[in-house]
Amino acid sequence: MLSVKSIIDFYRDGFRSMTVGRSLWLLIIIKVAIIFGVLKVFFFPDILSGKTSPGHDEGAVVRNEIMARGHSTAATDASHR
Amino acid sequence: MNELIGTIDWSRAQFALTAMYHWLFVPLTIGLALIVAIMETIYVRTGQKAWKGITKFWMTLFGINFACGIATGLILEFQFGTNWSNYSWFVGDIFGAPLAIEGLFAFFLEATFVAVMFFGWNKVGKRFHLTATWLTAIGVTLSAFWILVANAWMQNPVGMEFDPTQMRNVMTDFWAVAFNSVAINKFFHAVFSGWTLAGVFVCGISCWMLWRRRNIEAARRSIKTGAWVGLAGLLLTMYTGHGSAVEVARVQPMKLAAMEGLYDGHVNEELILFGIYNSEIETNPQAEPIKAKIAFPGGLSFLANGKTGTFVPGINDLIEGREITPAGDTINTISYRERMSRGAAAQQALRDYDQCVACGDTAGMEIARKEIAANYQYFGYGFLNTPEEAIPPVGLTFYSFHIMVALGMFLLLFFLVALYAVYRRPAFFDKKIVLFIGLLSIPAVWICSQAGWIVAEVGRQPWIVQDKMTTGSGISDIGSGAVQTTFWIFAILFTLLLVAEISIMLRQISRRSKKDIQNDND
Repeated sequence: MLSVKSIIDFYRDGFRSMTVGRSLWLLIIIKVAIIFGVLKVFFFPDILSGKTSPGHDEGAVVRNEIMARGHSTAATDASHR
Repeated sequence: MNELIGTIDWSRAQFALTAMYHWLFVPLTIGLALIVAIMETIYVRTGQKAWKGITKFWMTLFGINFACGIATGLILEFQFGTNWSNYSWFVGDIFGAPLAIEGLFAFFLEATFVAVMFFGWNKVGKRFHLTATWLTAIGVTLSAFWILVANAWMQNPVGMEFDPTQMRNVMTDFWAVAFNSVAINKFFHAVFSGWTLAGVFVCGISCWMLWRRRNIEAARRSIKTGAWVGLAGLLLTMYTGHGSAVEVARVQPMKLAAMEGLYDGHVNEELILFGIYNSEIETNPQAEPIKAKIAFPGGLSFLANGKTGTFVPGINDLIEGREITPAGDTINTISYRERMSRGAAAQQALRDYDQCVACGDTAGMEIARKEIAANYQYFGYGFLNTPEEAIPPVGLTFYSFHIMVALGMFLLLFFLVALYAVYRRPAFFDKKIVLFIGLLSIPAVWICSQAGWIVAEVGRQPWIVQDKMTTGSGISDIGSGAVQTTFWIFAILFTLLLVAEISIMLRQISRRSKKDIQNDND
């Protein structure tokens, strides 16, 4: 019967006997640390939640930004003439 | 406005850089998982220890590639939240659902069984181990499925309706999204191309071992497996490529026209095998769009709808409103100017809806909602200033498509020659030039794979969601300087990581190939 201990032992022995796996895990840890510890924290804020103020939901913010880039029917008709 | 264009360009460049870097690893993971599973199956069925050693050799390379690819895709998700926040909100749960399923289902499947694959050789039974290897192969393939479902929805948005209150699209039919015809074709096309890429990788590395006179028998056995998988993958890639072309003709005819540099369509339209795109056509309508061309008569008509005699609309035809039905009949639909009017009408109705909400005019809201729904099909055209803005970068799309096809043809020849040689003319592999071509095919197949994605993504511009949202309207209102900074950070980071990853891979190939692979049965 598969016990929790046997599963833990399986992974523990596996990690201990790694050769190239050690370099790979180091690479993964460095990569994940940079991605989450530096890039996400300092360079990739959640823009929408930062712009949302009481009374203005995210949909309203997006609506304002998107609609400012669109054209009204009148403007489009004028450009066709 | 110039600041916004700068932000769009830098955000697109950053996304393309990250996606292309991520796609260096994904197809090899998909294809190599299958090849390793086949090799292990041979070992389990025949009991030949040599196949166990060969399996373990390629499994190590699979593991290196798998580890190198981990987490690179997460950066794309960060970019959605920062650079593409309007897009992320607009598509919200539709785009998020397949990605969430991918994370929950496929990733955990991989994480569990990859551990058994690497740690379980002497700890679990042969058949259990083989099952874990196959489940890993299935897991990585399913991962790709959900990502491609999300991408296909952007190319052919189905199974949703627009909710003006939330200012976003809401999923109404999960199965329509999951089994979107574009997604199905795209999934199989991408997976089979992964088999092709891995087949070339295995053959190429084996050629290097033959060059260095290391593990000759293991290299030949590897070439047999790699070439069969690669050939099957390539033929299926071509078949599904045809299916993709049919889908593109139906849902993104402008992309098909750009792929062929076709400005004015004809009946029995030719397929260009070779040509030089003349960018003068973009300013001078009388110019010849393709110079020095070699073309196959009726080829594009056949590619588009399976009949050589049918009309394929060019860029100018599409702008004027001439299209073809799925049955291959030419129809006059609405022009792009009319689409722009309808898009603008939908956007105006959305503004009216907003005003009605503000003053509590329920009847006005209902009228505006109906007006939005009536014109929503062309919502994105309301962002265009001229119909010509709906034309993608034709030169890049044209060349990427033809590079992909040309390299695909080269790879077909490569696999056929490799199989003939390995079964009938083993001495062929004594020639250095043959082994060199085998090695050179490794970068060639990656260029082919990346070119395919350039066709798919550049060819659909200016749309981030086909007909519904332009790339420019999906961008966040942020300065281009911030995006530019992160672009260069990524460029440096990815270069360093790639150098580290390739050096780990090469070191392992070199070190392990010095041992007797077929007797590495620990």
